Amino acid sequence: MKELNAILTIAARDFTKLLRDRGRLIISFIFPLIFIGALGGGLQANIGKQVGFNFLTFTFTGVLAQVLFQSTASGIISLIEDRANDFSQEIFVSPISRYSIIFGKILGETLVSLTQAIGVLVFGFIIGVPISISQMLLFIPAALIACLFGGAFGTIVMANLGNVRSANQIFPFLIFPQFFLSGVFNPIKDSPPILAILSTLTPMTYPVDFLRGLYYAGSPEYDKVVLHPPIVDLAIMIGAFVIMLVVGTYLFVKNERNR
Amino acid sequence: MSAIISVKNLVKKYKNAQTNAVDNISFEVEEGEFFTFLGPNGAGKTTTISILTTTLSKTSGEVKITGFDTDRDSSKVRQNVGIIFQNPSLDTNLTAEENIRFHAILYGLYPFRPSYELMPQSYKKRVKELSEVIGLGNELFNTIKTFSGGMKRKLEIIRSLMHKPKVLFLDEPTIGLDPLSRKNLWEYLKTVRKQQNITIFLTTHYLEEAEEADTVCIISKGKIVSLGTPTQIKNTLIDEYILIDADNRNKLTKELESKKIKFTGNGPFKIDIENKNLQKLIQDIKTPLSMLKTHSPTLEEAYLEIIAERENNLSS
Repeated sequence: MKELNAILTIAARDFTKLLRDRGRLIISFIFPLIFIGALGGGLQANIGKQVGFNFLTFTFTGVLAQVLFQSTASGIISLIEDRANDFSQEIFVSPISRYSIIFGKILGETLVSLTQAIGVLVFGFIIGVPISISQMLLFIPAALIACLFGGAFGTIVMANLGNVRSANQIFPFLIFPQFFLSGVFNPIKDSPPILAILSTLTPMTYPVDFLRGLYYAGSPEYDKVVLHPPIVDLAIMIGAFVIMLVVGTYLFVKNERNR
Repeated sequence: MSAIISVKNLVKKYKNAQTNAVDNISFEVEEGEFFTFLGPNGAGKTTTISILTTTLSKTSGEVKITGFDTDRDSSKVRQNVGIIFQNPSLDTNLTAEENIRFHAILYGLYPFRPSYELMPQSYKKRVKELSEVIGLGNELFNTIKTFSGGMKRKLEIIRSLMHKPKVLFLDEPTIGLDPLSRKNLWEYLKTVRKQQNITIFLTTHYLEEAEEADTVCIISKGKIVSLGTPTQIKNTLIDEYILIDADNRNKLTKELESKKIKFTGNGPFKIDIENKNLQKLIQDIKTPLSMLKTHSPTLEEAYLEIIAERENNLSS
């Protein structure tokens, strides 16, 4: 019970911080809107008819999963910033499990990402992306899974980054290629072998494909858009989540103490 | 009395470092004691306190806090200690109350509630009492961005005392504070210490803060170079002496020689008063004096002498 309370209070702190930081809140909506509106809209107008599916919807589903995954992963990296500001000392000297600390952080950043995702969804409605009630309901577990998976990815990256500077330099290199390799805006169903291998190794591929699998289920575009059955994406994400969370937390705590 | 902190042959060598940051140190702190760790920058103070508070692993040795090993029972150690870090560890995005609530829930004192209003009455009462002690008043519900350095430190102390720790670690807590804030903070800490019989482990640069300690441990380049009460340290290392002078130095010199009073210098003359009756010594001198100065050592002088001696030994 004590650990659960600790997880909830760590998560609530992140959410409170977001609500008080209006600048961050506004900026977090702008990029997804640019991606969907400008990139999705532009591609649909130019090559939408040739590919046989609506590019705006395709980009919308990709960006929604990407925002959830990336935002949670970036949020976890903020533990490094906390360490630089020395707030993390307060957390790390408390008598709670290190896993509770990381899990609380992931949960908090999940709440932050879900808030951003609501903005993306509202924008989707405005620009006319067709979303049924059943699809909306399926988005809820898909969004949670994308966030938790992003959090675990953030943990293992954070465990290997020493300071805020290296995090700021290295993290974009680990995220931006994933945009293209996971097919957030571009179809990757028929990729050259090397790119196909890289896509398979890219963590963001799975939340993007999972969300699309649920959205396009039963539709004629399913085979053109979705890479794996959702159950396969889910199994891969669960396995990778456990490994990244356990190894990441272990390495982070070890690197913190063994200096 | 039993040792609440026990450190035996503690060694810490950082990765890729040539020398040990902490080099085989041993000491004990008893319950209720005010123990001060004194040393220049890079002496190993923060390294030691980090190991004692479980945030840094040691290379070798044994460290026990309230009877628990810092490696094997780190969670129990953390439950029993409060820490004021060298750099403020408050979240400036949160209000003072939210910072306190965050700590109280992390330490398992209260269940999680998303707002102050939903917290149990016992919590609200405790927070109100504590905020009155430091005069926070309505500022309790303001974000702490506007708080002064002194106020932030007090808030950290309040926060660290919420879970009633047996040992309070303070790592240079007054660094960067103005003299008035430092004075207020120490008055508050003295009251807390009296009320709660808490053991205080302090690292500091400020010698006057160490003067009031029960035990002072001077560390230099990772090694303990002096350990004892402030009086013991002063007595063993610095001589108490008087300086005298006279218009007629020849006469004074002859008188001192004839009375077999040992002195050094050609004027003013330095006479050690170790084990001597000062009043009798002055009465014995009949030559009219133009100067009489007594020299009582301060801990600062003792400290500077000890550190200088250690540096000399290492360089030679």
